[in-house]
Amino acid sequence: MIPLQPPRRLIDVEIDGEVVRVPEGSTILDACRTAGKDIPTLCHGDTLTPKNACRVCVVEVEGSRTLVPSCSRKAETGMKVATSGERSTSSRKVVLELLASSVDLSTTPRAKEWMAEYGADPARFGEEAARVEQPVKVDNELYVRDYNKCILCYKCVDACGDQWQNTFAIAVAGRGFDSTISTEFDAPLTDSACVYCGNCVEVCPTGALSFKSEFDMRAEGTWDESRQSQTTTICSYCGVGCNLTLHVQDNRIVKVTSPHDNPVTHGNLCVKGRFGYGYV
Amino acid sequence: MDIRLRGVEPADEERAAVDALLGPPASAWEGGARTEADLRFATRAEPARDLLLPALHAVQDRVGWISEGALDYICRRLTVPPAEAYGVASFYSLLSLEPRTPRVLHVCTDLACAANGSAGVRQRVEAELGPPGTTWVDSPCLGLCDRAPACLALTAGERPSWEIDAPEVTPVPQRGQAGLTLLRRVGTVDPSSLDDYRATGGYAALRRAFELGPAGVIREVTDAGLVGRGGAAFPTGRKWAATASQPDHPHYLVCNADESEPGTFKDRVVMEGDPYALIEAMTIAAYATGCAKGYLYIRGEYPLATARLSHAIATARTRGLLGDDILGQGFRFDIEIRRGAGAYICGEETAIFNSIEGYRGEPRTKPPFPVEKGLFGKPTVVNNVETLVNVLPILERGPEAYRAAEPKLFCVSGNVARPGVYELPFGATLRELLDLAQPTGDVRAVLMGGAAGSFVTDLDITLTFEGTRAAGTTLGSGVVMVLDESVDLKGILLRIAEFFRDESCGQCVPCRVGTVRQEEALHRLSKRVTSDDLVLLREVGQTMRDASICGLGQTAWNAVESAIDRLGVFK
Amino acid sequence: MSYDRLTRPLVREDGVLREASWEEALDRAAEGFRRNIEAHGPDCFAMLSCARSTNEMNYVGQKFTRVVVGTNNVDSCNRTCHAPSVAGLSAVFGSGGGTSSYQEVEDTDVIVMWGSAARNAHPIFFHHVLKGLKKGARMFAVDPRRTGTAQWAHRWLGLNVGTDIPLAHAVAREIIHAGLHNRAFIERATAGFEEFAASVEPWTLTVAEQVTGVPAEAIRELAHTYARADRAQLVWTLGITEHHNATDNVRALINLSLLTGHVGRYGSGLSPLRGQNNVQGGGDMGAIPNRLPGFQDILDPTVRTRFEQAWNIGIQPRYGLNLTQMLEGMAEGEVTTCYLIGENPVQSEADSLACVKRLSMLDHLVVQDIFLTKTAQMADVVLPASAAWCEADGTFTNSERRVQRVRKAVEPPGEARDDIWIMCEIARRLGHDWHYDGAEEVWNELRALSPAHQGMSYERLAELQGIQWPCPSLTELEPPYLHGRLWTENPGPPAPFGILRHSPPVDLLDEEYPLRLTTGRRLDSYNTGVQSSGFASPLRRGETIELCPEDAVRLGVVEGEEVRITSRRGSVIAPVYIDPALRPGLVFMTMHFPDEVDTNALTIEATCPIAGTAEFKAAAVRVEKLVAVS
Repeated sequence: MIPLQPPRRLIDVEIDGEVVRVPEGSTILDACRTAGKDIPTLCHGDTLTPKNACRVCVVEVEGSRTLVPSCSRKAETGMKVATSGERSTSSRKVVLELLASSVDLSTTPRAKEWMAEYGADPARFGEEAARVEQPVKVDNELYVRDYNKCILCYKCVDACGDQWQNTFAIAVAGRGFDSTISTEFDAPLTDSACVYCGNCVEVCPTGALSFKSEFDMRAEGTWDESRQSQTTTICSYCGVGCNLTLHVQDNRIVKVTSPHDNPVTHGNLCVKGRFGYGYV
Repeated sequence: MDIRLRGVEPADEERAAVDALLGPPASAWEGGARTEADLRFATRAEPARDLLLPALHAVQDRVGWISEGALDYICRRLTVPPAEAYGVASFYSLLSLEPRTPRVLHVCTDLACAANGSAGVRQRVEAELGPPGTTWVDSPCLGLCDRAPACLALTAGERPSWEIDAPEVTPVPQRGQAGLTLLRRVGTVDPSSLDDYRATGGYAALRRAFELGPAGVIREVTDAGLVGRGGAAFPTGRKWAATASQPDHPHYLVCNADESEPGTFKDRVVMEGDPYALIEAMTIAAYATGCAKGYLYIRGEYPLATARLSHAIATARTRGLLGDDILGQGFRFDIEIRRGAGAYICGEETAIFNSIEGYRGEPRTKPPFPVEKGLFGKPTVVNNVETLVNVLPILERGPEAYRAAEPKLFCVSGNVARPGVYELPFGATLRELLDLAQPTGDVRAVLMGGAAGSFVTDLDITLTFEGTRAAGTTLGSGVVMVLDESVDLKGILLRIAEFFRDESCGQCVPCRVGTVRQEEALHRLSKRVTSDDLVLLREVGQTMRDASICGLGQTAWNAVESAIDRLGVFK
Repeated sequence: MSYDRLTRPLVREDGVLREASWEEALDRAAEGFRRNIEAHGPDCFAMLSCARSTNEMNYVGQKFTRVVVGTNNVDSCNRTCHAPSVAGLSAVFGSGGGTSSYQEVEDTDVIVMWGSAARNAHPIFFHHVLKGLKKGARMFAVDPRRTGTAQWAHRWLGLNVGTDIPLAHAVAREIIHAGLHNRAFIERATAGFEEFAASVEPWTLTVAEQVTGVPAEAIRELAHTYARADRAQLVWTLGITEHHNATDNVRALINLSLLTGHVGRYGSGLSPLRGQNNVQGGGDMGAIPNRLPGFQDILDPTVRTRFEQAWNIGIQPRYGLNLTQMLEGMAEGEVTTCYLIGENPVQSEADSLACVKRLSMLDHLVVQDIFLTKTAQMADVVLPASAAWCEADGTFTNSERRVQRVRKAVEPPGEARDDIWIMCEIARRLGHDWHYDGAEEVWNELRALSPAHQGMSYERLAELQGIQWPCPSLTELEPPYLHGRLWTENPGPPAPFGILRHSPPVDLLDEEYPLRLTTGRRLDSYNTGVQSSGFASPLRRGETIELCPEDAVRLGVVEGEEVRITSRRGSVIAPVYIDPALRPGLVFMTMHFPDEVDTNALTIEATCPIAGTAEFKAAAVRVEKLVAVS
């Protein structure tokens, strides 16, 4: 009586000349990863519908006039994909340059590595190049918003909005280069719909959103991921049984995340699970 | 939904403006007075997100700007989270979230106006009204390029009004000439009179459509070889057939009248001059593709076209030409007008869906294509105004006769004596068109297709899709902007770059940041030409073209590239 | 205020608690137990085991009670929340767990949230509800307040507090009269339908509207929608269980599922949401007076024999005292010593003053906790424990019966020790030399005794991210829902309809106490606030008395103004908060801030005779404007 998922057909896709077999419904990115190709991604999140806004994962697909975002385009039978042609590598390089010249990627995992790999030189836009400049927003005790690091990937908006939390405290406001993640009328979080679940921080790929604990420790120079352990346990605040991953440094919990593949939480928590460890 | 409001009360007139659009609140939970019954039972208010933009317009029209209290009230009425509504309101340049005077003057500084002295207009306005912001603003192309330099004043109030301050011209210089097809009524037939429309052949095409049946109509349109006039030149018959065959229902029709490409104004002229033709054409399209509902999305800067179409739709409805049983054929169809609010990107065929649905006008990823998942996630056919009105002669004359003299509209502006919309059969040359429009000086370059098009110098180009493509340019939306030696070309390029930077929705990185870097590089190049900047411009341009989500980013470098390569601007 | 963690054992000397060595504290704890047991027999001992601690701790706790002491007097704080759910479900189906999994609420067609503010109280469960809504499920919310949960519902039914049975009965009657009951299912898998149908017959829509305040048409719609659905989930929380007739409330909801066949199938079921992380597990482990580990009935001789052989002792063939009875026993002098693990009854029990009085009559009270709570402050010996969820290894069982691994991430502070170690040390001093090499050894002992847990090795729990019970096999998994047997040819023992009577809240409204006070939780706080006070929630605004705008006007009070709230039992002062989700006559408070405002000084200790939970949800109060002192 348990409805079974319909079996997924397997399809063949050609990645850089090599045929790989993936389940129907897989993205080109899935197929590329199956083929062992390392495609950079920034706005792609494993718990969210791809927004494909960053365009760093673009590849060439035979027959397509423009490059194709591998994170969101579904693989099709017989598709021929080139992951490292001149057009896609050049686009990736320029996209990384455009981002690094406009926002601070210093806490974006792997950004440095990709910049080197693609030979990106953001300095060539000159010192006058416009940057996203906003004061760091510290308007509550739990998390910090530093939009100088924001690449507008929409993940926080989607996590806060209809994909998970359905609180809708934040949205993209403004247009073009002046677009920003904002509450209504840019009100402080404490005067917004925010319920401090931290699910936006969980999905932020650049460190633009960070827990105050991490922000403060980074500021005082004591944040050291090499000294941190991660242990997954169960939240004690109600009977739902949410999975918490405790990041511990020097026998102190410094951050709480949640496993993205967990059937109870799918990476989401509430304010108590995310922040209620103070008493330990 | 448990949306959180900030409890800022609306002013009485803000509340009245919203209630006038939506009717009184259904319960206390949607903003009405608390009754005993409300405190015992409630029905979930289904989010009416698609009424968000009309509600924002209602307040903007009434008060001239949208306050926190007004936004809060709109959110309560429509069950839309305030942050989302703020994101939408701040997306559109015609909506103000800061106090403004009721009357605001929009001074066009875009290409055709720039070529015709908008800088002087701007100076005079500034001297009179002070710095821009609350009483006047710089505006992208107002679609009044035939009347350049142009200004549009919008006045908020209980009866909002508008007024154009621009030289008077005849919008159709060929007015009354024999042989016109699409423009035959414009300027000669009373646009408010349905009787006059019918007396001049109106509704013959719809009658013919009912005789042919939906499949027959699609066959005729396909045989006629009609392709989209918005710029992409996609075969209309194929689009219709694909929509008609979708099993998912309902199907929607969207008429894209968000004509915002700088230099384009033909759809405005057609709508203002022959509104019933568009209604008839939409009815035929809906009949062929199985739509009961059509949205006519008119750009916010077109108040006259909006007024004429509102009137025409109301009249058609009372005469049974829209509604439940059109022409007694049992066919049901109606049209709802939606006004844009100042966003070029909303002319993109998927951004227009988001705008109608009450979201930010950001383009969607394709696939899925509109014919499969379009407006409200349903199969949708999107056509622009000129494409649709071409359906009438196809049905009136039959596909062969139509193909023998397929009409095309051109928006001629810039340095010409007789700017306006011209209708020529496909196959005329650019020179023949300019002979009609009469350039006022030595033609240095012609911008074809608008800001997203490219510059040409060869006047012997054949004005067909193939001919322009062969010449490395595009017909695009039919823009033919003539620039003579008096025009500062670098200034025009900067304006194009500025236009794309302003109009980029901000969604994807290549366009959001690329348009800024393009503008910065052009500023530097205007002062000093370096090969580094030329290389940089090319790489950024190519990335925008290759990796942007939609046509805006993909074409943002076209005109600049052609100016460098063909006009040698930065030699 | 926020609490500091306990880091050293404390013993009482000359009336005050002083720090002591573990050796001394353990000796004193054991000696006190021995003294009392020797003097009065094993039934003078009571253990309150911790619903927040691990399954392993609860297993050892009940084993301590049954083996070391020899009584069945073990219970836990599920009395204050969900014992009625367990009692109701096990009376009908033989098993006290919620019948469905979270995934099923995503895949169902109709969701009825009855007395559940899950949006705030169980936010991540509500994510699953939201997924269901997105997929097209229709939702009904039954709650006196129009909560955030109710705002998501297609229909909100704002009933009078304590009229759940009339509403459920009217729904049942309407289903029967409309011919929408599932006759085949009723015939095959249930018992007592005729009597039930007769018992609900007086509850016409009109009568129900008068009693519940919910429009007849809304009740009709709920009845028809629930009955016609292919799949339907009934979800409840404390709005159902914190009443004096809570088990009856639960039975009333179960009746609806029996009537329509919405149980025992994928997507159709009954989901009580647990308030504490391991309330489910505590009961499953036998830390309740009537069940042995694996939720096996003490009165079943074969079960008892199995445990007697394994533990090599005799087990009393009768039920022990539940929490309420323990408190009464203290008052009667029958319970003279008590071992309280991680419980804070002084602040969590209704009518807290009475509770203090009773605890103070004990000869010997040992409290094992992570904080020096109000209860711990009354103890003779205080033993500093570890926080189970991050300082210990083990397992918790959640509201969908999913057993999940708990892992130690940090060392407990100071000399605080693991619960199991502490209990073993006391057991050793009382002549039972237990030794466990870690929690897994305890778990494996339990697995050997509980068929429902047999297949759940630690390895497998980690690999599958938790397993729902029952799981008898090491290789297979059971369906995610319970009681599929009801749909088979041989459905086993029939599920009986409950024949119930409406019993309005005990604390009657009158002219002196005209307002109905109901209590609940807020998003960012938890129970008595001991743990959640440790972080700086921007949402926290302290205790308030929430009033509807109309009542505020009538009382002439404004938001933020302090007012006096008085019930027949006590009186507190709290600031006013105006909440449009309330209606005239209905006021709301939380119990998160007992140190500032002792809400439970107001609530009534009217308890459910079957499950023992108190009527937190319905007190009669008056609210008075404070007279300015000049």
